[in-house]
Amino acid sequence: MHVPDGFLDAPTSVATGVVAAAAVGVALRKARTELDDRTAPMAGLVAAFVFAAQMINFPVGAGTSGHLMGGALAAVLVGPWTGLLCVSVVLVVQALFMADGGITALGTNVVLIGVVTALVGYVVFRALQAVLPRRVATVAPSAAVAAFVSVPVAAAVFSLLFAIGGTAPVDAGRVLTAMLGWHVLIGIGEAVVTGLVVGAVVAVRPDLVRGARPLVEARELEIRTVAA
Amino acid sequence: MSAPTTTPRRRVSTRALVVVGLVVALLVAGVASYYASSHPDGLEHVAGETGFLDSAEDSPTADSPFADYTTEGVEDERLSVGIAGVLGTLVVLVLAGGLALALRRRTPTPDDDTARAREPERA
Repeated sequence: MHVPDGFLDAPTSVATGVVAAAAVGVALRKARTELDDRTAPMAGLVAAFVFAAQMINFPVGAGTSGHLMGGALAAVLVGPWTGLLCVSVVLVVQALFMADGGITALGTNVVLIGVVTALVGYVVFRALQAVLPRRVATVAPSAAVAAFVSVPVAAAVFSLLFAIGGTAPVDAGRVLTAMLGWHVLIGIGEAVVTGLVVGAVVAVRPDLVRGARPLVEARELEIRTVAA
Repeated sequence: MSAPTTTPRRRVSTRALVVVGLVVALLVAGVASYYASSHPDGLEHVAGETGFLDSAEDSPTADSPFADYTTEGVEDERLSVGIAGVLGTLVVLVLAGGLALALRRRTPTPDDDTARAREPERA
């Protein structure tokens, strides 16, 4: 859902730009707690993968397509703050070099595709992990559900921004209904890709998956007790 | 889940995981992208359906040599998309990886200590 220039008026674009800059500023500080020598290469990989995956538009019917947003995926793999930075780098490269997403709309896109999907994705993921059995096998399904939820939420936030600062005289309610309908379908694709990718990394190196860390660390403690 | 054992099976190194992941990303961006759906995405479709698509303006970067994920001057469509995809993926890798390396904690964490303790002593 890369927003082009022109959809939203200047005040709204400035406001989303300020929110995006503030969020990225906070992320630059907080990401320190998520990044060390082992996880830093993962952040580069996650960003590269999100860029690549966003090139794959999958059909969702009636001549419409969608692609991965990747915020929830990145948040579960490398943490929400680093995940936001990863998606933001992707969006900047897309806007500057691929003309995908506008320049005045860059703040809007960072808010929708980065901030909203990473934070909503991470919050839903953590909530599911809190109620599910403490098993590593729950990580990928939780990530998939979180990814699914993040897409219609981002669509709803766009609709809200459109209601506030849309340049065309179009009924905001119609936009919201249509956006939610299509993005529930696109969210299924988001869930499938996120579940498969998180599942694959959890299968080989659960310790490198930020969202699986509490479980992996607990398991390691258990092993030590047995060994002693 | 298998019972915990004191001799864990040989684990995939971080380097191997990153290399394999990067190869997958490059194949997705460089090869599979050609087969992606060219239908408008959800937002574009809704914009057309509800009538605000015309308010979209061309990006100031629309003249970029890689605009719309095609490489200027490359006739073969498959190659044109593939080059743009591979270069974009590598640029993102360098920028995001570099940022992560610059931000990372350098002080050893408890994890690093245990990892080091497992390694054989070097002379």
